[in-house]
This record gives sequence, structure tokens and C-alpha cells, in this order.
Amino acid sequence: MDRAERGAFITAVAFMGFFFALIVYAAKGLNIDVPTCITDVKPFTQGQVIQHAPDRYEIHYLAKMWYFEPADVELPVGSTVDIYLTSGDVIHGFKIDGTNVNLMAIPGTVAYARVKFDKPGVYHIVCHEYCGIGHQNMATKIIVKGGEQQ
Amino acid sequence: MRVEGSVKTVILGEIIFPIVLLIFGIYHGLMQVLYRAGVIKDMSFLGIEYYQGLTLHGVINVVVFTTMIIVAFGNAVFLYYLKKPLRPAVQWVSFLLMVVGTLMAAWAMFAGKANVLYTFYYPLIAHPAFYIGAALLLVGSVIPLFFDWVPNYIAWRKEHPGEKVPLAVFGMLVNHIMWVIMLVPVVIEVLFQLIPVSLGLIPETNPSLSRTLFWAFGHPVVYFWLLPAYVMLYTILPKIVTGEGKLYSDSAARFAFLLFVLFSFPVGLHHQYTEPGITNSYKLIHAFFTLGVAVPSLITAFTVAASLEYSIKSKYPEVRNSLFYWWTKIPYISLEGDKWLVSYFMAGLLLFLAGGITGIVNASYNLNLVVHNTSFVPGHFHTTVGGLVTLSFLGISLYMVSKLMGKDIRFKGLAVIAPWLWWQGMLIFEYAMSMAGIHGFPRRTNTGISYLNPESPLYRPEWVGYAELTVLAGFIIVLGFVFWAISFFGTILSPKVRESTIEFPTAPALHDEKAPALNRLTPWFVVSVLLFVISYIPAIYDVTKRGVFFDSPGYNDKSPVPITKPQSAKEDQRNTAEAK
Repeated sequence: MDRAERGAFITAVAFMGFFFALIVYAAKGLNIDVPTCITDVKPFTQGQVIQHAPDRYEIHYLAKMWYFEPADVELPVGSTVDIYLTSGDVIHGFKIDGTNVNLMAIPGTVAYARVKFDKPGVYHIVCHEYCGIGHQNMATKIIVKGGEQQ
Repeated sequence: MRVEGSVKTVILGEIIFPIVLLIFGIYHGLMQVLYRAGVIKDMSFLGIEYYQGLTLHGVINVVVFTTMIIVAFGNAVFLYYLKKPLRPAVQWVSFLLMVVGTLMAAWAMFAGKANVLYTFYYPLIAHPAFYIGAALLLVGSVIPLFFDWVPNYIAWRKEHPGEKVPLAVFGMLVNHIMWVIMLVPVVIEVLFQLIPVSLGLIPETNPSLSRTLFWAFGHPVVYFWLLPAYVMLYTILPKIVTGEGKLYSDSAARFAFLLFVLFSFPVGLHHQYTEPGITNSYKLIHAFFTLGVAVPSLITAFTVAASLEYSIKSKYPEVRNSLFYWWTKIPYISLEGDKWLVSYFMAGLLLFLAGGITGIVNASYNLNLVVHNTSFVPGHFHTTVGGLVTLSFLGISLYMVSKLMGKDIRFKGLAVIAPWLWWQGMLIFEYAMSMAGIHGFPRRTNTGISYLNPESPLYRPEWVGYAELTVLAGFIIVLGFVFWAISFFGTILSPKVRESTIEFPTAPALHDEKAPALNRLTPWFVVSVLLFVISYIPAIYDVTKRGVFFDSPGYNDKSPVPITKPQSAKEDQRNTAEAK
């Protein structure tokens, strides 16, 4: 290994190490983490919106060929929402545009993410995993109202 | 060296057969951008449905085409460098299994009985012919390793004690052993989960487990596609760039291959970051190894660039002291001798730069939340497997066909321009798909009839411009492929001008140490398999014991009613009916 090679190798390892450190910092320091294994919530067969406090919600999303249950949901601005997601049939996807919520819906499992809606507006949700012939029509939205709109 | 008889026929078959299918694969690629941008606002076109065409595009381009070309190139490499005959019986069995398997899977796909895309995620279930056909293709592809390559390699080592095996042989051997290891999880998935459900032997199985097994194969496989391209970059490119160039370091090349052996396997969970059922710290470990597997690619980037710099500077003394000017002496477009191949490798490398950067974004754990399952992902892999890999495979296919058939390359001008059109088109495609993906544009979706249709309530105008840009890109890419195909089929149909041979331009090494640790493969593979198994034990435990509450029946793509209909599904339907 000559000098240039050693330099290139060390640079490559250092870059990747730096990237990994940033990822860990974002996950543990800034709490931007990916979904984990949920063992205490059983897969449900009905979607619903549960309000715990004026700004605390829980939404159980059931993904089925080819719709989400519940359909459009309205929330006040500033709400913190616990999202639970499961599938009633095949694999579906669930991404709330403009947020870090990006989940897979897999039958037999429950996916979980928490999100806070600080800005009013329409948050589109599309199914982003191929789930059969009606996949391109499988979408819903969360409408966040209040704030400067009122 | 001269090649005649059935081995020549088989290798040519392994090139021409997948390329005839590739025409369908590329046609369906063009259809993809047309549907997605809303140029075709329909569920089907000319009798082929959107998702059926997408399945054909994926399966043909990255399963059939890559696998068969890799076997063909491997056969040619072992034959040429070891100077030992391949066994015709082995070659025929391997080739026929691959052809029969491909035709079975192709029948299922063309008949619309396998609209499951190339990832065939359970609970969607295809006709058994699709899985059995794919299995035969895979079995056929490993036969030459066991009965031709390894025996010839062992015999060569005995006859050449203390010598290093040629680098191309080393790379192709390492790559195919990796191939056998990565096939284990997907074979388990197909044999014990998918085929039994598809045949109706069992009513349901575990979808999370099947995804985990699939991705334990599905990411390592990208290195199976990539390493043959690296073999070409290490052996052929430095030689032909000036005609007398050298590889900068032989040991660095072997070290890079061995790092792939170690780090290619404990990485599959990075496709499952957004999934439930797997504890996130196991995903973080796979993120670590995924960044680790970028290191051998960065070493390759250095060695290839250093080889080009050394070769160019020793040929052209006037650029010897330049820092960057030597780049202008690379024959990007040249008709002289074998230099036409340089354009395939250089266009591929320049695409791979974009692919490497977007790949690191995808691998970056929480950053993946922004791009997972958006068009960012196909944007990425069209510059890797659809960039460097496809371009070097198209280049080497044309090269091997002209040598094996003893023909001059026809329409060489078109053959030299083709990779640059592909490069330009793919860069535009990557840009458009990445930007749209960051704005949430989903992948694998017939967006033309919903999100990109102004008459639909789901209309999303912010994606329109990017989708239209991919149409432009698609036409440029297809034009590049047409140029290549004219040269390829023109060469095949032209008269024979010399005897059939196989030979590869090979750069000697500038720095060539002994490095015995780099030439003993067994310890590296032992560590690799251990790392693979250990990195997957906790994830497999999660998806079988902790995070998955029950198995699921199988579905086809047309109906929300399960086709394997077990008791639990009926109850489920009753519950939903009551709820309504």
C-alpha cells in the first residue's frame, strides 16, 4: 500500500464513520428514529381516531385493498398524533408528505410513529407499496386546521 | 485462444437469449415513463397491464439479463485465463435449465398470472410456474461454479504452486461463491413459503419473515451484479485506455473484492427501515455495515482513477505534470481497436458516481424516511444496475459476440455513441426521479390515471414537471439502446472474417505484491457467513416470535378476497362486514 492508497483508504473510512456518527446523533440526539418492533399493540380490524386531550390524538390506520380507514382526518394545528398502522390483506405503504412518517403496513404486525403537526394545511398520504391493481388510487389525507387560517 | 463446438454455442446462447428478452424489458421501461407521466392514461396498453409490464421490466432486466450475462462472462473468463476446457455436458445442463426456467417465468408473466413485481412480496402470490421457473434459472446459474470453475481453479492452483490466480478469475470466483451464499435465504423463502402457498399446500404464511428472507438475498444480489463490472474495470479498462496501460495495484483490487465478501451480507435490513416487526437497533447495525460496504467501492474508485492516470500519463508525457488535464486524453469516443469499449466503462463510471451518492442517502437509516419507496429509489438504482452494470454488460456482450463469432463490429460509430446517449438520458432520469421522490412521488405506481391526471381528485401538480422530464429521459435512453442493438445485431448478421476466439485485454499490475492472505479464500468466506448469520438471528427472532401476531393468506392482484381462504380470513371479512 503506497501513500496515496493509504490516504484514499483512510479518507473513505473516515467519511463513512462520520456519516454513521451523524445518523446516530440524529436518531438518539434529535429523536429522528425509524419504526421499531411493536409487541404490545395487537393488529386491529377497524381504523379509528381517538382523542386523548385537546392536542393529543391517536389514529389507528387500517390499510386495505385499496383504501385507508379512517379516510380524511381533520386535526387542530399543534396536535401530536400517535399513528398505529396495520394491513388487512397485503403489504401497503404509508407516507405522510412533509413529515418524517414513512411506514410499511404488513398484515400481522403493527407499525408505529409519532408526529406533531405544527403548520396548518393538507398533508397527503399515499400508499407507496404496490398492492394490486387499484394501488394508484389508494390515498388519503390529514387536514390540519387552525393557526393563521382562523 | 480458439473456441469451437458446444462451449462456444452455449456462451453465445447465454448472451443472445437474454438480450432478445431485454428488448421486451427495455420496451416496458419506456412504457413505465409514459404511463407514469400520464401520456398513456390507462390500466393497460397493447394487451399488457401496467403492473404486468413493470414486473416484466424488473424481472427481465435485473434477474434474467444480469444472471445470464454474468454466467457467460464467467465462463469466458475461466476458459481464457485458466486455459482449461469447460465441460460441454455441464454447460448444456446449466444453459438449458436457465432457458427453461426463464421461459416458465416469462409465460406466467406474459399470461398475467404473476403481476407481483420482481420483489414478489407475499401476501401477493403468483402462479407456481413463476417461482419454479425463477428457481430453475438460479439453479442453472450456479452449476458452472460447482462443476467447471471450481474444479478448474483447483487444478490450476496445483499446476501453479505459489502463483496468484489471474485477477479476473479471482473476482468472478469470489462473486459466484457470494451468489451461492445469498441464494440460501431466498431459496428458503420460495421453497418453504411461496411455492407451498401458491400450490395450495398450506393456506397461509408469515409475510414479515418472507420479506426479511427476500432482502437477505435482495441487497447482496446488487454486488453480484456489480462485481463483474468491477472485474472489467480492473482488468480491461486500464489496458484499452491507451493500449498498453497498467492496473495501479493488484492487491488493492483483491482486497476490495474480499471486503465485499465480508460486508455484502449483513446489510439487507436497510431495505426494511420503515417496517414494523424488527427492532430498530438491529436496523442500525445493518446501516453500519451498509456504510462499510461503500468502502470497497471507494477503494475501487481510487484504484480505477489511479490506473487511468498512470496509463494516460505514461503514454502522453505532455500531461505528466497536470492535476486534471490528463482527463482530456481519455478516449471517451474512439473507433480505434478496442477503444470503443472505453465509452461504455466511462459512461458507466460517471453514472455510478451519482448512484453511489444516492445509495449512501438510501442507506442512511433515518434519512431513508424521506425517500423510502419514493421515486428517489428507482432513480438511484437506474444509475447503478441500470448504469455501470448494464453499460458494461452491453459493452462486453458486443465484445464477446464479435470475438466468439469471429466477426468485425459493425456500425461501430453507433456502438460508441450508444453509451453516451444512455448516460445522458439516465442522468436526466436520475435527476427527475430524485427530485420528485423528495417531494413524495411514489415508485411502482400507475400515476398517470390518478396523481398525474388533472381530472382526478387525487391530482398532484407538483409532480407533473418531473414526470414529464422522465419521458424525455426515457426516449434518450431507448435511442441509446437502439444504437447499441443495431451494432449488436448488425455484427451477428455480418459475415465471419476470422476464426472464433475468446480473449480479453488484460492490464498487468504496476504494484504487484505477493499478499498471501488475499489469496486464501476460505477464511474470508467463513467470517463472512458467520457475520451474515449472526447479523440476522435477532431480526429473524423478531419477525417470527415477537413482532408478528399471525400468518396471512395469499392474495392475487385483482381482488381483496384471499385466494387461499383460511378460516381466519373469513372471520376477518365477517368482522369488516359487521363494522360496515
